[in-house]
Amino acid sequence: MSFDYVNIQRPGGASGLPVSEKSFRDVLIERGLSLRALAPEVLQVNVGKLCNQACKHCHVDASPTRTEIIEKTTVDACLEAIGKYRIPTLDLTGGAPELIPDFRYFVTNAVQLGAKVIVRHNLTVMTVEGMEDLPEFFAENRVELVSSLPYFQERETDAQRGNGVFEKSIGALRRLNEAGYGMPGSELTLNLVHNPVGAFLPPDQSQIEADFKRELLERYDINFTGLFTITNMPIARYLDWLRRSGNEAKYMSKLVNAFNAATVEGLMCRTTLSVDWLGNLFDCDFNQMLDMRILGDQTIFNLDLKTLVHREIRIANHCFGCTAGGGSSCGGTVV
Amino acid sequence: MSYYEEDDLPRFGEMGKHVPELYDKFMAWYAACQEDGALSKREKALIGLAVSVTIQCPYCIEAYTNSSLENGSNMDQMTEAIHLASAIRGGASLIHGIQSHNAHDKVSM
Repeated sequence: MSFDYVNIQRPGGASGLPVSEKSFRDVLIERGLSLRALAPEVLQVNVGKLCNQACKHCHVDASPTRTEIIEKTTVDACLEAIGKYRIPTLDLTGGAPELIPDFRYFVTNAVQLGAKVIVRHNLTVMTVEGMEDLPEFFAENRVELVSSLPYFQERETDAQRGNGVFEKSIGALRRLNEAGYGMPGSELTLNLVHNPVGAFLPPDQSQIEADFKRELLERYDINFTGLFTITNMPIARYLDWLRRSGNEAKYMSKLVNAFNAATVEGLMCRTTLSVDWLGNLFDCDFNQMLDMRILGDQTIFNLDLKTLVHREIRIANHCFGCTAGGGSSCGGTVV
Repeated sequence: MSYYEEDDLPRFGEMGKHVPELYDKFMAWYAACQEDGALSKREKALIGLAVSVTIQCPYCIEAYTNSSLENGSNMDQMTEAIHLASAIRGGASLIHGIQSHNAHDKVSM
């Protein structure tokens, strides 16, 4: 696995925005559309950039060398918000959320508050020392798992996520199946994520899900609940790759040409409140990586949720990634 | 300068500047051919890739490679389609060898 992607310096040290022949704002105006928030249904907390992998498409620039992780005071502020505002779902992402010291504290307390907990679990973290019992911990807390497996073959998966990741992921999926995750009739949810391994759009979600189900069962005797297709977002490490490979202009044209107005109503930014490892608030995890904070001066520490309903969502050209084709969200296609 | 310019593919629509009624009829027919029908979009994209390689159209090869990927095909499936098209093309040459044999037999004792 190469870690070259980790050390790429961008001009001014900031994540760049993709260049596009049309702006996302102009396209919304042309169609008479606007993007405003509804009441948050999901508190999505990005607990930090530390990860045991360094995937080529990662929009977080996460890797084993990153040190930015959430502190317990921020975890407590998130828990307070969940309890106070009865936010139904806590969605933990990173990095690898399991690597932060307060991960289990965060999960168990959120469950006690009555929240459903989703963990974006990269599968291979289970092979890290001290993480072997994760399947049982997840099962005890009825955690819903969302795990990236770009393809049911080694070549594509390792090309995106690093050498050896596919084999480790298959081992981890077997462990999760043994714990009841993803098995037919089980209430323990294990959803997989398919990202295109390159500069193209994902296929039809139900069709590729059927391929994954058939191939993973036949080849490896593995079961899972469902599959989400997620469009690669043209920011951070993936944008760096698009630029280095000469694919940025074509990829952005592809996204713009595939703009689907029907996706706008169901975009996840409308019902999600995104929190970073420092407690800052964003409309989504992608805006978080671009440091596009929600309008106003609220953080998780002085949150007044009522004032955030109907807020204007901050947009830029990367938003074309969520509106292309069937749309894209952390829960797969939108329409 | 090459006869084939990569940037010409997105300019396809310029062919509708003249005799637009014919262009519109072509586009409607072309688009309808891509849709799910008795064959799936994925199968059609693989057929398109095989035909593209056979007619050696660089624009079509790029377009149908992307279309195959975006319809969920992998490199093994795409390469098998390309081999089939190539094998048919090879077979088409080889079967013409019979004409050579026939010509040979006609003039030979």
